[in-house]
Amino acid sequence: MALVLTEEQSMLRDSARGLISDKAPVSHLRSLRDSKDETGFSRDLWKAFAEMGFSGLLVPENFGGSGLGYVEAGVVMEEIGRTLMPSPFLSTAVLAASALARGGNEAQKSAHLPDIADGSLLAALAIDEGAKHRPLQTNLQAVRAGNGFKLNGAKALVVDGHTADLLIVAGRTGGAAGERNGLTLFLVDPKAKGVAIERTVMVDAHNAARIEFSNVEVNADGVLGEVDQGGALLEGVLNIGRGAVASEMVGLSEEVFGRTVTYLKERKQFGKLIGEFQALQHRAAQLYIDIEITRAAVLKALQTLDLDFDHAGAAVSVAKARAGTTATLAVQEGVQMHGGMGMTDQFDIGFFMKRARVCQELFGDSNYHADQLARMKSY
Amino acid sequence: MSDLENFRRETRAWLEANCPPEMRRPMTSESDTYWGGRNAKFSSEPQRVWFERMRDKGWTVPDWPKEYGGGGLAPAEHKVLREEMAAMGARSPLSSFGIWMLGPALLKYGNEAQKKEHLPKIAAGLIRWCQGYSEPNAGSDLASLQTRADSDGDDYIINGQKIWTSYANYADWIFCLVRTDPTAKKHDGISFILFDMASKGVSTKPILLISGYSPFCETFFDNVRVPKSHVVGQVNRGWDVAKYLLQHERAMISGTGERGIGRPLGQVAADSVGSDDSGRLDDAMLRSQVAAFDIDEAAFAAVAERAIDLAKAGQSHPAFSSAMKYYGTELNKRRHEILMSAGGIDALEWESERSRGGARPRAWLRTKANSIEGGTSEVMLGIVAKRILDLPGA
Ligand SMILES: Cc1cc2nc3c(=O)[nH]c(=O)nc-3n(C[C@H](O)[C@H](O)[C@H](O)COP(=O)(O)OP(=O)(O)OC[C@H]3O[C@@H](n4cnc5c(N)ncnc54)[C@H](O)[C@@H]3O)c2cc1C
Ligand SMILES: Cc1cc2nc3c(=O)[nH]c(=O)nc-3n(C[C@H](O)[C@H](O)[C@H](O)COP(=O)(O)OP(=O)(O)OC[C@H]3O[C@@H](n4cnc5c(N)ncnc54)[C@H](O)[C@@H]3O)c2cc1C
Repeated sequence: MALVLTEEQSMLRDSARGLISDKAPVSHLRSLRDSKDETGFSRDLWKAFAEMGFSGLLVPENFGGSGLGYVEAGVVMEEIGRTLMPSPFLSTAVLAASALARGGNEAQKSAHLPDIADGSLLAALAIDEGAKHRPLQTNLQAVRAGNGFKLNGAKALVVDGHTADLLIVAGRTGGAAGERNGLTLFLVDPKAKGVAIERTVMVDAHNAARIEFSNVEVNADGVLGEVDQGGALLEGVLNIGRGAVASEMVGLSEEVFGRTVTYLKERKQFGKLIGEFQALQHRAAQLYIDIEITRAAVLKALQTLDLDFDHAGAAVSVAKARAGTTATLAVQEGVQMHGGMGMTDQFDIGFFMKRARVCQELFGDSNYHADQLARMKSY
Repeated sequence: MSDLENFRRETRAWLEANCPPEMRRPMTSESDTYWGGRNAKFSSEPQRVWFERMRDKGWTVPDWPKEYGGGGLAPAEHKVLREEMAAMGARSPLSSFGIWMLGPALLKYGNEAQKKEHLPKIAAGLIRWCQGYSEPNAGSDLASLQTRADSDGDDYIINGQKIWTSYANYADWIFCLVRTDPTAKKHDGISFILFDMASKGVSTKPILLISGYSPFCETFFDNVRVPKSHVVGQVNRGWDVAKYLLQHERAMISGTGERGIGRPLGQVAADSVGSDDSGRLDDAMLRSQVAAFDIDEAAFAAVAERAIDLAKAGQSHPAFSSAMKYYGTELNKRRHEILMSAGGIDALEWESERSRGGARPRAWLRTKANSIEGGTSEVMLGIVAKRILDLPGA
């Protein structure tokens, strides 16, 4: 398969870009932040997303979605990255939809997937517990009780956890922290007794929560996939999330870079456009090359997820690691080359820097994925 | 089954049946490369067999038209062939400046007679070419070259000196940049001309590299007579041909190095550094360098694939090969720095049999030229800045 977007994928990109750049430029995020908006995103826009078919993009057709692939999800994420639009797309349409579609039984799928597709259900994935992404270290205890389980523990960086109607929670039903065996995914009602949700205002003005679970009862229907065997399902869902966030970082990097190059062609010092200085030209060229390479690596990962899901791990780690370092470089060069202007809140560049930092941490930073790749290659 | 899947199945079967096992191992020395030419010798029987079988299918140049000795493959088929060869680790049957550089330029700028004369001989490995671009005072600033071609009836008389001419002492023919109009602006008086290195007045003097090898030469032209019909493209428009050829050269150089074949770099490093109880390279800092390298190498493989696909789809920027050249060569230098660091003391031996004649340090030193030959890294970045990013200034 050619490593370029197909015509249909390009059309999807154009329509996503049209909607997002029109309705949610960076000023949209800025105003949500400044007004300390309780939801943190626009429900109206999410409705518009649903009408365009984006919320059900990964939902199979027989459950009311359009049954598209991960490349298409990445195409939308990249456009989201360009304007930093806060949206439940990642948490609900990408992570939850694929967790349910890949791991759910018929009853779970028909209960939730159509609602995700029509935009009426918001969901969130609760994985991380410590400061760093270490899915195998999951320690939230899920102990058998009666016909179901009792959950005790705490989760952090639950993206969109404060607005979720449904939580997908990774818990430990067996094994020890660090082991892949003994992980189980649960569908949990956030209104259930014992669930305490604290919205955490984050550096990037996007939405996340810390969630505590004390003796939360989940009955057997709430198990997503198989008890103790959730590790593979979780890893698969995380890989999808990694590919999606990597795409967001590609969009983000390219946008920052575009703005920076424009500035190099406008700003004069020493009687010259600063873009004439070779010290900046070469750095801009290096960054451009970095972004192009990362774009290719991310598309490769998404295509591999679509074509050969079970063997996509290496390509996904490459993509997420690259996207992280590229975005980090792009925002740093972006601020630096804007001089004093780059440091001001009034200027948008800072928003990109903050979002890039969060995207690095989401589902494993560059170091995490470099280590993963080394393990896969046995050294 | 689609035609392409059929083609993949047939290609795989053919390769399985025809590629000798010895030709599926990573190349480890210069003699593993077959360059063709009038005086060519095969270093082994499998090398000969593999070359001849591929040649007979036109697969030394799979995407060239059949009438010029190529395989006539469509872009998608060519990609399948590349993928299948990579999957089995099959070596390239023929390395050649004719294939990488001159051929594409002739296909675009050559007249019919020139194509018929030269392309089949390149495809069949009969003629080995060298590149006469650089001069002592025209390196990065190539267009200031001074080698002269003076008109004399139907011929040019060529005088001057080239330098860094790779394999000039082994080459049969040269594609050469000469000044045909000394009065024009520097880019406008250059012509692209072909001639036989056996012509009277051509001489070469090898130059020793820091690797201890001598793959390039000073090349002198003393009243060399060349028919005017050997000019490719228009007289005084040789710069267009030269630049087009450089795009291909840069794309080729960007792929230098043993990408993704053979054992993973981290395991090679473990041979000398050792592994800890959990199987990790027993040098945490080196391990993280290798992992960072592997990430970048895999990403670069993706962009290399994408660059070809974009070109086939008519969506690529002509200067993108400069971006590829920059990154690919810096990457290859990084690989060899890691290999040297991993090898430690063992990688310092220069002559012993144990070290295969210092293969590792010599290869390491050779890679330092990657970011110089075909245009330096700084020149590549300048091209990207100006031609792709459209940044201001000369
Ligand atoms: C937090 C903060 C506090 C400050 N406090 C003070 C203060 O107290 N008093 C005060 O007077 N100023 C202050 N400044 C201003 C500071 O000194 C300037 O921001 C700085 O000199 C850069 O100027 P500029 O912002 O106009 O950027 P520009 O000069 O426009 O530079 C933009 C980019 O172009 C690059 N560039 C410019 N010229 C060249 C060249 N010739 N070659 C290569 N690259 C070039 C720069 O390195 C930069 O990356 C402060 C700035 C900040 C951010
Ligand atoms: C192994 C090898 C094989 C080669 N094979 C061939 C061959 O077969 N045929 C052939 O014709 N040539 C060949 N070359 C020559 C090669 O193309 C030149 O060496 C190259 O173009 C650089 O020219 P130079 O050596 O004169 O360096 P210079 O141009 O003198 O460069 C010196 C330094 O200055 C930097 N520099 C120059 N201009 C700028 C600028 N504008 N901005 C910033 N930095 C700049 C360069 O990047 C470099 O770091 C080969 C070279 C090597 C090393």
